[in-house]
Amino acid sequence: MAKINKHKDSLYNYIIPDVADWPIAKLSADRAGFLNDVKKKTAERITKSFGGDNDLHSLLEKVLYQEQRRVKNNPWRADPKDDKYFWAKIKEELLVSKDQDKSGDEAIFEQILTRYAEEIGGSFKPESYKFARRIIPKLFRRLLNARRNPRKFWKDKHGFKEHIQYKGSIEEIRNLATKSTIVFLPTHFSNIDSILLGLSIDAIGLPAAIYGAGLNLFEIKLFSYFMSRLGSYTVDRRKKNRIYLELLKTYSTEAMRRDCHSLFFPGGTRSRSGAIETSLKLGLLGTAFDAQRLNFMEDGDDAKKIFIVPVVLNYHFVLEAPVLIREYLKQHGKERFLQENDEISTSYKISKFLLKFFTRKSEMVVSFGKPKDLFGNTIDENGNSVNSKGRVVNIKEYFQSNGALTEDLQRDREYNRLLAEQVVKDLHKTNCILTSHVLSFVGFTLIKSKFPELDLFELLRIEKIETELTLGEVGVAIENVVARLLEMEKNGDIMMSNNLKKPIDEIINNGLLTLGMYNNKMPLMLTKEGKIVSEDLNLLYFYHNRSTGYNLEKYV
Amino acid sequence: MSEERKVGVIGAGSFGTTIANLLSVRCKVYLFSRREEAVARMQSTRKNAGYDLHNNIVPSNNIEQILLECRLIYVTVTSSQMRNFIQTAAPLLKPSHLIIHGTKGFDVSLPEEELLNPNTHVKLEHIKTMSEVIVDESVVKRVGCLAGPNLAKEIGQGQPAATVIASRFEEVIQMGIATIRSENFQTYSNSDIVGVEISGALKNIYAIGSGMLTGLGLGENVRALLINKGLTEMIHLGKVFGADVQSFLGLAGMGDLIATCNSPLSRNYTVGKRLAQGETLDEIIANMNEVAEGVKTIKIANGLSREYNVPTPILRMLYKMLFEDLGVKEGLGMLMDINYTSDVDYL
Repeated sequence: MAKINKHKDSLYNYIIPDVADWPIAKLSADRAGFLNDVKKKTAERITKSFGGDNDLHSLLEKVLYQEQRRVKNNPWRADPKDDKYFWAKIKEELLVSKDQDKSGDEAIFEQILTRYAEEIGGSFKPESYKFARRIIPKLFRRLLNARRNPRKFWKDKHGFKEHIQYKGSIEEIRNLATKSTIVFLPTHFSNIDSILLGLSIDAIGLPAAIYGAGLNLFEIKLFSYFMSRLGSYTVDRRKKNRIYLELLKTYSTEAMRRDCHSLFFPGGTRSRSGAIETSLKLGLLGTAFDAQRLNFMEDGDDAKKIFIVPVVLNYHFVLEAPVLIREYLKQHGKERFLQENDEISTSYKISKFLLKFFTRKSEMVVSFGKPKDLFGNTIDENGNSVNSKGRVVNIKEYFQSNGALTEDLQRDREYNRLLAEQVVKDLHKTNCILTSHVLSFVGFTLIKSKFPELDLFELLRIEKIETELTLGEVGVAIENVVARLLEMEKNGDIMMSNNLKKPIDEIINNGLLTLGMYNNKMPLMLTKEGKIVSEDLNLLYFYHNRSTGYNLEKYV
Repeated sequence: MSEERKVGVIGAGSFGTTIANLLSVRCKVYLFSRREEAVARMQSTRKNAGYDLHNNIVPSNNIEQILLECRLIYVTVTSSQMRNFIQTAAPLLKPSHLIIHGTKGFDVSLPEEELLNPNTHVKLEHIKTMSEVIVDESVVKRVGCLAGPNLAKEIGQGQPAATVIASRFEEVIQMGIATIRSENFQTYSNSDIVGVEISGALKNIYAIGSGMLTGLGLGENVRALLINKGLTEMIHLGKVFGADVQSFLGLAGMGDLIATCNSPLSRNYTVGKRLAQGETLDEIIANMNEVAEGVKTIKIANGLSREYNVPTPILRMLYKMLFEDLGVKEGLGMLMDINYTSDVDYL
């Protein structure tokens, strides 16, 4: 039996006590059956679109062409060893099948579907999960204690929970998760997010959610080890061919239909600018609509509903910040962005990073937004959709035309687009702002205001001495911004950390201590003369971006 | 008759009646009026707003029945009534309803007198298009808009015309076409509903200007100048809303602008003409049967243009003539003082 008692650090009991009863465990127990189902439905979807010149043979030729190019031009270590051989074999078979009846093409189609399904399909084992769930916090804790006092390396004095606070609609989510399928939509700043989210979902007592993790991440052994145990399936962004993409979507849809909670990073990749996502990738989010529609078609009014929950990971620094912001500036500034120096290495050791990440000053807040249905309605405790005017809405009718449930992909894409707009707003409301966020926002805005004639790229090149700010001016600006934030928090437009509710000088001290603490150069630091300066304006800009989109500039 | 062929039309003014007659070729149509006596009159005389009612039209003031029986609803109430109507209907509206509106105006959340205050910041969040009002106030998401050079009187006479049905939802466009298209009434589609709604609303501004030209006895050269530069201003204002330029060049933009600016049948044109002939705005409004949307739209657009620094010299001039006692002749003189640096600056 894989029944596990929750760790003493956990704040919430599992809503389904026996891990073997979790939908993700059941799905994995029937892995072969599930993958077959996914393959069959993918084949049906693809076949349905054929007509005219658009037939199976031409699709296979196209896929072969794309895959052979990928194998040749862009191979990765994580690729299967027989990649080249497999596609060469498909090429031979395709040549033969051209002159045969349909069965040859169908057999090739089946081979490709099987290969992709096996590659994408995750494998969740209760025992492994139990192990990973136990070991990760321990690992973190040990790193943490080592940091505090190397001599007490193995003593468990300081709990993991002290370092991660969970905020937001947790009780609501726990209640709904027993009768519906939850799709978590988190912000994405760092590669460690998927592991943190796995832990966070565990911490609030929900069964593990399935999520797509980039194949490239599997090249990092530590990630690969934990991710596959926390419920991931594999996504290869290089594979853009129709068969692969359809299979991936069907995988996601069918897993939701088997009641698995899911997690998508709606921004697609890590935020390069450091800002919270403002435009979302619609692909995987669309699978939630497919799953909801199919649930209604199959189960009518008793169908399980799919609810979305925005999640924001709030921490004081992003390990990859220097690389991310450099990519962002390059993209936006073209040749105008001059790289002054390049001493930050792009390769780093994850364990070293984690060590720094969990020092005692580095609080982290995971905030969960309000669950909503796919049409932006809030949910009452019985799972009913309630619109902004307080009216109960039967969302099944959104999938109806002429009184019957219909598959209308254009319609659902449009619903998806409307949902994405809503999610962007909700992510901003779910954001829990920390001391370092306010400090970096205020710092950058003040520096910028001193050079109104410079554009962004000119500004980023000014000398350190020119960035000097007095504690007084920073204090006044922070006071104004915090006053505004308190107002916004009251209206439910943002969340605030407890440290932000302390006196101004403590906010500044805490902000200075935590802002970009891992990064080699300090985005902001206090000089001996008691002035605040920036050693790295690019980084300061990155951290400042986090709090844009709230019209806070005028309060600085 | 199958369910999808029953259509409701809300608003029994001249445009609503015209739409109902167009729809009645293919559908059974409920024509809704709030006023019982109007419904009784329509039932007994089979006439409304000067038009004969087609046999397939059922005048009704039973909104419950209409919303229960019809999945597709056309709404033609004025922009000032839209929010109120949708609020009233909201308990009866369902996610399965499709709504197409034909209202060419904005909903504004600022008091009207605030719009006349030059210190007021008129921001985008104060202004809603009609489809946004429908989505705001009800559970309906599948919304469309019907706009184009559709002067009710000409359509009522059976003259050929065409319209644009705009919606983000292909289903709404298809339902619109299936119900309203006929031998004499062509349909075009557009997915940029915001662009179509905005151009439909803004063109009324320039129709008032065009009426003034007629009232002053001026000719076609200056009218073409007004129409063309008016279009430029519409496009610049539309960009503030995120609308596509293309929509302004289409039938619901330029097409509707040309028709309205040339037609003595247009209410907005009539307002301009009478102003130029010496009547005051209050006098004109007091004895018009139906609302000239352009008067309100000028206030809203002028505020927006000021807030977002949009180059709209004609609009500002019209605003001054309507609300700041600038004489019509002096105002039009200013039209010739405008310095355009470039003829076409929006492509």
